[in-house]
Amino acid sequence: MAIAEQTRATRLTPPAVPPRLNGRWSGFAHLLLARMRELVREPELIFWIFGFPLLLALGLGIAFRNKPVETTSIVIVSNPGAQEIADMIQRSPQGPSIRAQVLDRTQALQAFHFGKYDLVVEPDGRGGVRYIYDPSRSETLLSRAEVDDALQSGAGRENPVPASSAVSTEPGSRYIDFLIPGLLGMTLMNSGMWGVGFAVVDMRQRKLLKRFVATPMRKSDFLLALAGSRLVLMLIEIALLLGLGMLAFHLRVLGSLWNILLLGTLGSVAFGGFGLLTACRARKVETVSGLINLAMMPMWIFSGVFFSYEHFPARILPYIKALPLTALNDALRTTILQGASLSSQAGRILVLVLWGGISFGLALRWFRWT
Amino acid sequence: MPAAIQCRDLRKTYDGKVEAVRGLNLEIQAGECFGLLGPNGAGKTTTIEILEGLLQPSSGQVTILGHTWETHTRELREWLGISLQETRLSEKLSVRETIELFASFYRQPRSSAEVMEELQLGEKADAWVGKLSGGQRQRLAVATALVGNPKILFLDEPTTGLDPQSRRQLWEIIRTFLRVGGTVLLTTHYMDEAERLCDRLAVIDHGQVIAEGTPTELIERLGGHHVVEFAVSGGSDADFLGHSKALPGVDSVRHEDEIISLTVREPHTTIPALLDMVRMQKLQLLHLTTRQASLEDVFVHLTGRHLREE
Repeated sequence: MAIAEQTRATRLTPPAVPPRLNGRWSGFAHLLLARMRELVREPELIFWIFGFPLLLALGLGIAFRNKPVETTSIVIVSNPGAQEIADMIQRSPQGPSIRAQVLDRTQALQAFHFGKYDLVVEPDGRGGVRYIYDPSRSETLLSRAEVDDALQSGAGRENPVPASSAVSTEPGSRYIDFLIPGLLGMTLMNSGMWGVGFAVVDMRQRKLLKRFVATPMRKSDFLLALAGSRLVLMLIEIALLLGLGMLAFHLRVLGSLWNILLLGTLGSVAFGGFGLLTACRARKVETVSGLINLAMMPMWIFSGVFFSYEHFPARILPYIKALPLTALNDALRTTILQGASLSSQAGRILVLVLWGGISFGLALRWFRWT
Repeated sequence: MPAAIQCRDLRKTYDGKVEAVRGLNLEIQAGECFGLLGPNGAGKTTTIEILEGLLQPSSGQVTILGHTWETHTRELREWLGISLQETRLSEKLSVRETIELFASFYRQPRSSAEVMEELQLGEKADAWVGKLSGGQRQRLAVATALVGNPKILFLDEPTTGLDPQSRRQLWEIIRTFLRVGGTVLLTTHYMDEAERLCDRLAVIDHGQVIAEGTPTELIERLGGHHVVEFAVSGGSDADFLGHSKALPGVDSVRHEDEIISLTVREPHTTIPALLDMVRMQKLQLLHLTTRQASLEDVFVHLTGRHLREE
């Protein structure tokens, strides 16, 4: 070939070492390796990606852990008959959750006003009682109802409607069970948006993107390496959060691990694409930071990370469900907590695919390398 | 054999308003070291980035080794080594990792160890890029270009902001590349760099080539080879400038602040005549120097401005 001859003529001495040949995926492998190295060498990033969600899960999990059965403290005024009342309460079915003290009237009222007791019971000496309570304190209302129940049934009242109750503290329905999949979704969103959006604009600002396209590097390899590094991080994020949930809070994972990984991949790709879209034109990291926060803000609020979005007005629920984080959180929750099949989540998966696909397509179209 | 780099009637207009390059023609032969010389904002970077295929010209043609960017992007990328102005490589990668990364993009790269040795980065192989000095960073930038085993090296202001020793090291690296048959296109606003390094030069101002040739040719075209600079008491009115121009052997006169510069062919005939004139007009000579004409003089002569003026 003529070209080859011409170009060889420009080089007078052959290279001393026989040239090594790079394979098709050498560029991709090195880009991925470089990306992972940079991540590992950035301690702040490690904290925000891994430490922050774990701390949130721990903190919120402990704050909202299921407390032991509530007890109510009451005080009985030391009138005649006070001891009988106390005994009657102790014998009643509600007895174990009521702690009763007997004090004289002044002391009793004072302690009640300081919030030490939820209710003052004043025997009238003829077998009857008078309740002193504060309607603005909800626990005094509960206490009055409970003590009244205890006294009436202790005195032999028959309930016309037979009723029984069960307490729900099973794993799967507690706040921490709601929280962990939500935090997982949020973490995948955060690291997808920042890990792709911010990283790309940073490289553009440093003119590194331009330097890369001045080499024979395939642009597709660059994007694949970004996606690849996201997927590696996703695996670690899922392992850490689910691991913490299982070890510290006895989270029961009912769904198959493969389904969870598949949803995690979908979520990562969707938010990676969305992150790339926010980064496709921005020249400065300040610009892209604003864009990313703006894009994530509605999802922080509406997508049911910390509390259920069902509290919002029914009219806006369809829009909330069309957000990618809502779809990811709902899909992760039903899969992890209820073991739902993927086919039952087709709608949510479609939402994720559409967000990812459309934003990736637009990002590629508008992307500025230089 | 086609020229290494050729462009015809190159134009680049930004946003339909700013004309950065206005009809630029260049032809650079294989094995040459060619310099684009010009002040800031002359259009050097725009020109070199169009030649590198990183910017689309508004009009005009570019051929590199007989190929165009439209038809042979991948091949040209393999043949070109590029160092941009102010690329900030990743600070948390080591020198070796950075060079290996760039090597991985080419089909047949050179060995990273060899390139590091050649660019005196061997000792810093495992140091993070963030810990390197300015000169080392610049050598690393050139290393990422050389590791692809290029036929043509593009360097955009490779020595700007470097200390004299680092500049000399970089010149030596460029000379080594030229010795093995490489072609170099560099931009600079340092006169001495252009004079010492380049086989040929194009002086660019306002997006056009205003002079082209070897450094010696350009200086000869100025007329005299020497510059006599002097200042006299009483200042320099138009009359006095006219008398100076009439002195024997003077090719041109320039006047800047209080200093008058004469470009002369033979200082030994001009200077005695100048001293006579000063004595006859009863003026006092405040300052007198004589030196070889440089590219800086060529540039000032051509544009009326200094190269490094803002």
